[in-house]
Amino acid sequence: MQLYLPIADIPVNVFLILAMGAAVGFVSGMFGIGGGFLMTPLLIFIGIAPAVAVASVASHIAASSFSGALSYWRRRAIDPALAAVLLCGGTIGTALGVWTFTLLRSLGQLDLMIALSYVVLLTTVGGLMFWEGLRAMLRARRGVTVPLRRSGSHGWIHGLPLKMRFKRSKIYLSVIPVVVVGIIIGFIGAVMGVGGGFILVPIMIYLLRVPTATVIGTSMVLTLVTMLFATMLHAVTNHLVDAVLALILMVGGVTGAQFGARAGQKIRGEHLRLLLGLLILAVGIRFAIELVLRPDDLFTIREAGGAG
Amino acid sequence: MTGRVAFAAIGVALALATAFAAPPARAERLIVSVSNHRVTVTPNYSGEELVLFGSVEKDSATPSSRNAYDLVVTVSGPHADMVTRRKERKFGIWINTDYRQFLQVPTYLALFSNRPFEAIASPEVERRQQLGLNNVLLTQRVGPDYADVVPNDAFRSAFVRLRSEHGLYREDTSAVTFLTPTLFRTGIPLPAEVPIGTYDVEIKLFADGALVTHTETTFEIVKVGFEQFVATTARRNGLAYGLVTVFLALMTGWMASIVFRRD
Repeated sequence: MQLYLPIADIPVNVFLILAMGAAVGFVSGMFGIGGGFLMTPLLIFIGIAPAVAVASVASHIAASSFSGALSYWRRRAIDPALAAVLLCGGTIGTALGVWTFTLLRSLGQLDLMIALSYVVLLTTVGGLMFWEGLRAMLRARRGVTVPLRRSGSHGWIHGLPLKMRFKRSKIYLSVIPVVVVGIIIGFIGAVMGVGGGFILVPIMIYLLRVPTATVIGTSMVLTLVTMLFATMLHAVTNHLVDAVLALILMVGGVTGAQFGARAGQKIRGEHLRLLLGLLILAVGIRFAIELVLRPDDLFTIREAGGAG
Repeated sequence: MTGRVAFAAIGVALALATAFAAPPARAERLIVSVSNHRVTVTPNYSGEELVLFGSVEKDSATPSSRNAYDLVVTVSGPHADMVTRRKERKFGIWINTDYRQFLQVPTYLALFSNRPFEAIASPEVERRQQLGLNNVLLTQRVGPDYADVVPNDAFRSAFVRLRSEHGLYREDTSAVTFLTPTLFRTGIPLPAEVPIGTYDVEIKLFADGALVTHTETTFEIVKVGFEQFVATTARRNGLAYGLVTVFLALMTGWMASIVFRRD
């Protein structure tokens, strides 16, 4: 069934968009990530202008992370205090990111910077997660019991001042690294047009040592707020949010996310990390190949002014 | 059948009669019409084809020997500034290096004729009358100047090629058909991704390699109903539009968590 999108100005197949939304939603529900880094390239691939894609995906991510966050909230798997501190940093980071975005755009190398940061971030994060997941799996297979992290084994991060007790996560941690992480995620999100969940989740697990139980739910709250903010920003400044496209994506996305979340609970932690690592790595490598291989067409056209 | 022949015979007789009459200061006149002056974009819009009809009206000023006409139809969509970028390999990766800005060029451009442009007119006339994609004026910003460049300029030809790949620039030298020596028609294909706006149609009549007369008509492609409402709201009331979208996102998320709730 064809449907004409009022802002993107092209007709699309509703079922294709629904399916794409559901597929990405499934992945996002399973891993507790927004899925923007998957959705945006997919939309661009089917012919939607990049700027419209980025703007509309923001609201789609907001919808799926809200539905995810609600079910995590019911299971008491969200740490409100941690989310609030992360958001403080996130807001500052987003503002910095928007400023950098404008600066890079005026220098004319925004596309390259986005592509490069995709490659660097995705391959690094994906590679690390994949490697860690693989090691954990091998260890489990060899029957070596992983020594559980003792509560006393803190890194330098845990020696920082301004400590705060995050009750739900059962951790006692300085707010400084949490705010810094929030800033980084907000910054990356604004510059790259992604929620940043795929970076936030590993950082929270490995660096801040937040228990896995509250990581995904809390990360979803951060994603939700940043993406709502981003939707408003895009709607007010660029007028590029396609509500019809967003609605189709949302419906597909939230449905997929519910099933994804259920599937995610059935898979063991290290398998989940291995899969997510593989997925992120694959997308990163795809971006790298695109940069390195000679493109089919050396020329591109873009309407001046409109799209970024 | 016989009736039509008789009608044609009368027509020819009339044409001959007027040709021999005292010449007033007018020559051929073009009368054209498009099948639809207002193409509406509805939710199931997926491209359309318009038909342009017309006839050449001869009058007493028309030389009697002139019977073969050539016709060139130029359809140009709303104008916009476009940027063409070229990628080059630097430090092992392909990045955009050079670019050209095309100023106020048509977002849709179609050139139709009844036979190849070089058969219709001399290269000089082709250039002056902008016959064919190679001769259409596409103004570029070259440093501080504004100019069109030679047709084989890399950026210009890439621009035309990329637009053509999307069906937005086209050239067809057999699209115009003469049903009778003076009655003609041509189709104007509009692909799905055709830009919204006003389209100018210019019809040029040539005889013996020279422009005889020309006329213009327009049609518009508009969004109506819901599409129109969404597009204008997004532009005029960005804040309200954003709030509605945000609300939509929250509602969808909330509904899903209710519908799929199991605990």
